Order: sequence, then C-alpha cells, then structure tokens
Amino acid sequence: MWFKKNIMLKINIERSMLTSEGKSLLKVDLEIADNELFCLFGHSGAGKTTLLRILAGLFKPDRGCISYNGEVWFDSDKKINLSPQQRNVGYMFQDYALFPNMTVRRNIEFAQKIKTPEEVEKLLNHFGLEALQKQYPTKLSGGQKQRVALARALAAKPNLLLLDEPLSALDEEMRLSLQDEILKAHEMLNSVTLLVSHDKEEVRKMASRVIVLRNGSVVNQGKPEEVFL
Amino acid sequence: MNSDFINTLLLTGKLAGWTTLILFVIGMPIAYVLAYKRFWFKSLIEALISMPMVLPPTVLGFYMLVAYSPQNAFGGFIEKYFNTRLAFSFEGVLLASVVFSLPFMIQPLQNGLTAIPATFREAAYTLGKSKTETFFKVLIPNMIPSIVTALAMTFAHCIGEFGVVIMVGGNMPGETRVASIAIYDEVQAMNFDVANQYSLVLFVISLVILTVIYSMNRKKKMLF
Repeated sequence: MWFKKNIMLKINIERSMLTSEGKSLLKVDLEIADNELFCLFGHSGAGKTTLLRILAGLFKPDRGCISYNGEVWFDSDKKINLSPQQRNVGYMFQDYALFPNMTVRRNIEFAQKIKTPEEVEKLLNHFGLEALQKQYPTKLSGGQKQRVALARALAAKPNLLLLDEPLSALDEEMRLSLQDEILKAHEMLNSVTLLVSHDKEEVRKMASRVIVLRNGSVVNQGKPEEVFL
Repeated sequence: MNSDFINTLLLTGKLAGWTTLILFVIGMPIAYVLAYKRFWFKSLIEALISMPMVLPPTVLGFYMLVAYSPQNAFGGFIEKYFNTRLAFSFEGVLLASVVFSLPFMIQPLQNGLTAIPATFREAAYTLGKSKTETFFKVLIPNMIPSIVTALAMTFAHCIGEFGVVIMVGGNMPGETRVASIAIYDEVQAMNFDVANQYSLVLFVISLVILTVIYSMNRKKKMLF
C-alpha cells in the first residue's frame, strides 16, 4: 500500500484563485510517497498549474504548510517560505522556457550546480540529443524542445520533478514516444514526480496515483484504474 | 572643414555619448523595476519619465535653468559643495540632456524586459539561479536588440537636441554649441554652405542609427 512507503512530500495548503469562471479556492491536503509519479488531473482552471507553481515557490499559498523529506518549505503560521532557489525543484513549463541565447548543451550545463561534463554527456545521450547539442532552441521541434527541457530539469539534480502539461502541445505519435521519455526521467530522478495532465490515457499509462481537481477542490484520488473506472 | 566645425561635431558626440552612457547605467535598474515590480505610484513614475516626449523642450529647459540658479536648493547645493554653476556650462547641458532623454532609454529597455516570457526568469530561479545571475545570463542576452535600440535612440535624440540646449547652455563655442544650434546660428548668419555640412552629417548619422534599429528589431521578432 502506498501509505506504508516513506512519505516525501506533505502538502496542506489553501490559496484563492481567479479563474475565467470567477473566484475559487484551491484547497489541497496530500501526502506523496517516495518514488511516486503522481498526476494532477482536471480541466483548465481547476488549479493544477497553480498547485505546481506553489510547490516550486513561484506562488505563495494564503495559508497552510508544505514539507519535503522533513524540511519545511512553507509554513504560514511560522512565516517560513523558501524561495524557488532554495527548494531545488525541476520545473518543466508548458512552453519549455528554454533559453534562446544558449545552445542545447549550454542550457543543460547552465542548470548544473556543479559543472560535470560527464553528466552533461550522459543526459545528452539518455535523451538522444547528441546531434542537437550545438543547436539553439528556436531551431528545434516541439518534441526536441521537450526532451531538452527534461534533460535540463534533471541536470540540476532536483528534489522534485514538476511537469506542467509537458505533452499538451504535441501530436499523438510524439506524445506516445515522449511519455516513455518522461518515465525514463522519473526513473533517473529516483524521487517524486508530479505531472499535470488532462488526458486519462496518459494518466493510466504513467501515474502511480492521481488526484482529480475541480474548481480548486480534490474531488477524487487513488490509483488511476480506481479513479477512471 | 575648419576647426570650429570639427570641434562642434566632437562636442555634439561628447554630449550624446556621455548622455547615453549615464542613461544606460541608471536606466537599466529603473527599467527593471518598472517592468517587474508593482507599486501604487508606478503610473506616476512612468508618466514623469515620459513627460519629455510630450513637453516642449523649452519648458523643461526653463525649469532646469530655474533649478540651476544658486538661489534655489539644487543650484545652491551644487555651488556650495562643488563650487560651480551649471547654467551655461557643458555639465549643465549634460544633466538637462540626461533628464530630457530618459524616455528614449527607459522605454525600449522596459519593453525589452517585458517581452521576455516570465517563464525564462522562473525557470532560472527554479534552477537555483539568483536574480543577479538571471539578469546577466538570461535577461540581458535575450534583450540585445532592445538594448541596441535604447542606446541608438538616446544617442540619435541627443544629437538632434535643440530646445533644451539653447535654454540651458546658450550658444558658447567649445562649451555648449552643439551641431543643431550651430545650424540655426549659421542660417541666421546666411552661411548656408556650413549649415548644409552640419545638416548632412546629422542626416547621415540619424539614417545609419535608424537602419541599425530596424535591422535589430527584425532579428528580435525572430528570437521568441
């Protein structure tokens, strides 16, 4: 059972959100175990990206607490709020946010805290990017950008991997092949991965557990096969 | 070409060069704050910076001249601590030129910063990079066309400055007599050949600068 595993990430937060349908309250109480590939499922405006940004330290919750492996990242009562730099998360944005002034290789090197060329080679090799290492992001296809973004996120050796709808902009064939890349990235990381998706098949294939968000509230959670009967 | 002609052009270049350099150093932090920070009097600051674009240069020149007077606080402070008067001096014209050219430096820099997707900064922060490192390694390299535009616009605008210079500096050869004033002066003296030489130099410089700006802006559209 998942709850017998070592709990890595504890989230208990509230934050008001302004969506196209008006104001709503994101309210999440979750515990995520080590090595889980956890999926946040829901329609747009449900609060999936907001939750991911809160975990990365890019948004501040109104109240609550977040802790990772015993370290408090946010606690509204104790006025603790670690900056994104202090949390060491790998965040993959919907637009990938690759730096256009850097080559593929330089994007990966830039992410490293300790510069190790061997590690860069390993990542380039792992994601099939050797031939593209001198290219600039503007010359890459959507699928190639996604692989570079994954490699860059892993280069920082993050505590958490946060993937914000990484496959939404890609065609069906590309999605299927890159789902495997994400699973590989999760294995490499050997920690917690949170994936935002609104594709049930994707969640079934990839996630060990899923929560369904609607208007900021968790309406269902469990294993994908239990949630999506 | 006589030495007056050369000296006037050199003085024009010196004024434009110093104005551009000073404005770049103080303009970048101001542009950063205006692009990324939110505060309640931000619109007022933006309006004040843009004022020289709509205000007659003589109005600004007049207020600068009043401020430079030793009877007033600023002029008095300068005279007391630096033992100098700013009115009808190169330093006085330079200060007025810096104030008058503020929007030409700050607006392109601010637009350049806001055009960079917010996720670039956020990605750098999540990768553990400080704001300073993000600024120099992510933001600056991705806004080069905006920086070139800001530098070129400021320089070009300074070269053509007339109203503020004549109000604050008058027409003193070697001190405050820049090319635009020399043109007016030569026309008044019916020396159309010399006026034409000055005009041609300003025309060519302005054309080259604007061509560079348009070329850089085309590259900028291809970047993101």
